[in-house]
Amino acid sequence: MNSTFEPTLAEASPAAEPRQRSTLYDLLATTEHTAIGRRFIATALGFFLVGGVLALLMRLQLATPLAHVMGPDRYNQLFTTHGSTMMFLFAVPIMQGLGLYFVPLMVGARNLAFPRLANFAFWIYLFGGLFLYIALLSNTGPDAGWFSYVPLAGPEHSPGKRVDVWAQLITFTELSALSVAVNLIVTTFKHKAPGLSLDRLPIFVWASLVTSFMVVFAMPAVIIASSCLALDRLVATHFFNPAEGGDALLWQHMFWFFGHPEVYIIFLPGVGMVSEIVVTASKRPMFGYVPVVLANVATAILAFGLWVHHMFATGLPQLGASFFTGASILIAIPTGVQFFCWIATLWGSRPKVDVPFGFVLAFFATFLIGGLTGVMLAAVPINLQVHDTFFVVAHFHYVLIGGAVFPLFGGLTHWFPKLTGRLLSERLGWLSCGLVFVGFNLAFFPQHLLGLRGMPRRIYTYLPETGWGFWNFVSTIGAFTLGLGALVFLFNAARTLRSGARASANPFRAYSLEWALSSPPPRSADRIVPVAASRYPLWLGELGRVEGLARDEVLVTRVVDAEPDHVGHAPTPTIMPPITALATAVLIVACLFTPWGLPVGVVLVSLTLFVWFWPTDREPAFQTRERVSSESVGKEVLP
Amino acid sequence: MDPYSALDPAGTPAALSLRLFYGYLDVSAVVFTLVIAALGFALGRPRQPAADYQEASPAIERSKSRAVVWATVATVLTLLGLLIASVATGHAMALLPAEPPVRVQVISHKWWWEFRYPVSGSATQFSTAYELHIPVARPIQLELVATDVIHSFWVPSLSGKRDAIPGKHNVLFLQADRPGRYEGQCAEFCGTQHANMRFLVVAERPDQFVAWRDHQLASPPPPSDPLRQRGLEVFMNSRCSSCHAIAGTDAFATVGPDLTHLGARRRLAMGTLENDSTHLSHWIEDPQAAKPGVQMPSTPLSPEDRHALVAYLEGLK
Repeated sequence: MNSTFEPTLAEASPAAEPRQRSTLYDLLATTEHTAIGRRFIATALGFFLVGGVLALLMRLQLATPLAHVMGPDRYNQLFTTHGSTMMFLFAVPIMQGLGLYFVPLMVGARNLAFPRLANFAFWIYLFGGLFLYIALLSNTGPDAGWFSYVPLAGPEHSPGKRVDVWAQLITFTELSALSVAVNLIVTTFKHKAPGLSLDRLPIFVWASLVTSFMVVFAMPAVIIASSCLALDRLVATHFFNPAEGGDALLWQHMFWFFGHPEVYIIFLPGVGMVSEIVVTASKRPMFGYVPVVLANVATAILAFGLWVHHMFATGLPQLGASFFTGASILIAIPTGVQFFCWIATLWGSRPKVDVPFGFVLAFFATFLIGGLTGVMLAAVPINLQVHDTFFVVAHFHYVLIGGAVFPLFGGLTHWFPKLTGRLLSERLGWLSCGLVFVGFNLAFFPQHLLGLRGMPRRIYTYLPETGWGFWNFVSTIGAFTLGLGALVFLFNAARTLRSGARASANPFRAYSLEWALSSPPPRSADRIVPVAASRYPLWLGELGRVEGLARDEVLVTRVVDAEPDHVGHAPTPTIMPPITALATAVLIVACLFTPWGLPVGVVLVSLTLFVWFWPTDREPAFQTRERVSSESVGKEVLP
Repeated sequence: MDPYSALDPAGTPAALSLRLFYGYLDVSAVVFTLVIAALGFALGRPRQPAADYQEASPAIERSKSRAVVWATVATVLTLLGLLIASVATGHAMALLPAEPPVRVQVISHKWWWEFRYPVSGSATQFSTAYELHIPVARPIQLELVATDVIHSFWVPSLSGKRDAIPGKHNVLFLQADRPGRYEGQCAEFCGTQHANMRFLVVAERPDQFVAWRDHQLASPPPPSDPLRQRGLEVFMNSRCSSCHAIAGTDAFATVGPDLTHLGARRRLAMGTLENDSTHLSHWIEDPQAAKPGVQMPSTPLSPEDRHALVAYLEGLK
């Protein structure tokens, strides 16, 4: 065994050019996946903060019965915008942003497969988010819920532009999420370092890959649904109008066929981070690597078969409902397997209990509760009582905050040196971890009881005689504690950015390839492509390097065994992705106000795409080189 | 007794749901304890943490594999048991009632509940709002209709919820095992006044129920004193009568709730306000103050007219 923690790729390649000051053009035209990933993460954290403020305003209104912080019209805009923000503008983008930043590093690639497309995805995402908040601030925020059930969200019952804003926000986020998903899939399949075959990928990369496939399959359902809704609203089609042969329930089927997998799109990257932190803390190989990967795949497949458990109260035949109960209960098995494998990995390993591991412990306790209440919700007789009550609000916050945000905070702490080159403060880290954990449980555990005692969701007020006042007050105190914890986390990050201790390449002595690069990693053109000899390349076996790759070249490898296939040209920076994103945003927004938005917008977008894809007289995109085996570890791989 | 709570059942479906919930809760508590205990053992006592990659011995790996396999098998069996319990409970709840049920049509509007006895077609039907009176220990068959958007009928003490969906006919059976008042509310987000779309189930002895029903079928006597007579005139000549009906008068509009026996209802505005002259007067003057966004417009009346109108309406027992 050759155990090495010394990174071998930390120095930049000999041909590296000194960094120059970037102009605004450079920033907009960038093809650096690290820059794009960081922008995704920072923007998503910004929306997380804003969405959290909306939640605190709602908690103020609910803290006491018959409160007058706001009226129903404002409250309905707030809860719709809070849900849409957290799902579409925070959770999915931040997981995808971490994927954009870390997947290429973890698979030893120089860059993403399509960095320009990733740049486009960021601007589309940013424009979509700004669009939603400009609408909210001008009192045109969507107010029919993040699920926009028809007929309430239809033209008759939601006149005006509010629901149109929601439908177009979906269009923005669909475009962005799909652009990132194909990027991550192709990067993982075709840009792995030689030797890093599929069975050697880190669990987080697997989770990101599986999630990306889920995005590719789930998003079309909501694209169809939101397009039909927009057509009903803008040009008076009747997809969802029962009076004209449409069907109100059809919306719910299409929405939840997307909406339930969406939850796992957020959750799977979270548990991927848990695996990385557990392996790093225990300094052991992942116990049950193959079962854990298969559990991810099984979760992804099952996630598409249980959407109807959101619709038990609509009046389904018993047999149909039982099928979806079975499917919903079944999904607990792969999650259980992951739990058992984490415990087995930790068993007897004397893990280092640092801040990321603290967040993992918070994840264990809270996500377990969320999973168990999830099994309760799968049972029709229980579901019919607690559906659409605060019990469900409690459940999905335990699943999403417990299952995704705690691991995310852990992951951000774990990877902060690689993101910024600096180490977060341990003391502030533990403080935020404690505040977030206590505040979260204080805010959401009482909501189980409120739901059982009859408090429905989405109500802006309640009567004193309901007896719900006390636990609502407790919940509000908890929510503010949670908010304080999140602020401490962000303060820690901001302070560290200015004055934190410099991090070495591999401060936690972790195993995966991103830790072989300096912190933060060198620009993509300056990176050395490694050759991996095991699943734990920095722990086991020698780390080789690919020689003979020019600065503007990338290595393309085969999907399964990661054998070198050919050498391609790295895409050069271009300003066209942000410009195309701007034209697309004009198209999407203009459609709301005039039918001319469509033809004019389509022409604009087509023009920008023409310029973007106009062939240049550069040499062909790739040239095949002699195939070589990655067995030649440490030697020159390319002639 | 908590009239809002699913934890205090007064009917068979709610009791079955609660029993299943407690079963799941017990299993969940055991699973939670076992997993957290296993995690605690795995972390062990605080010792010097490992700094470097550690190789595990094959013997320990084998015993871990066995443990994970057995834990997975136990998970599968537990979940299977939970699934069977759920399907069996669902089956028990779906059993049709032995005796012919009392049928009531439940019509949901933005944002109020209308109850029609018996179902349309019969010569002796009447319509009421907010209060659903039912005889105790008799199966009740509710036919759920939605006139505008999706609403959901939910009385936690009696039964789980069932949606009322435009273009779809849903039926819900329930039964109250003991007399009492049970609070109900709309459980599906239906717009601005979703929060104040409540109703009250009044379960009474069969003789009381029949007496109530006969009283509802009778028109209230015409007002005898001058104040209430003036109130009726105000009602007919203002915008009130363009939306509301009162049996025995020329007001028969069905846009808003039927007010024939308004004075006998326990609360106003779907449970939002107490039913007394002060609140009724404020409600007529400015409904938006109590329920912002409600469909009822404010009715500009002179104080004397409003006083007369309130006296007339409160007298409709």
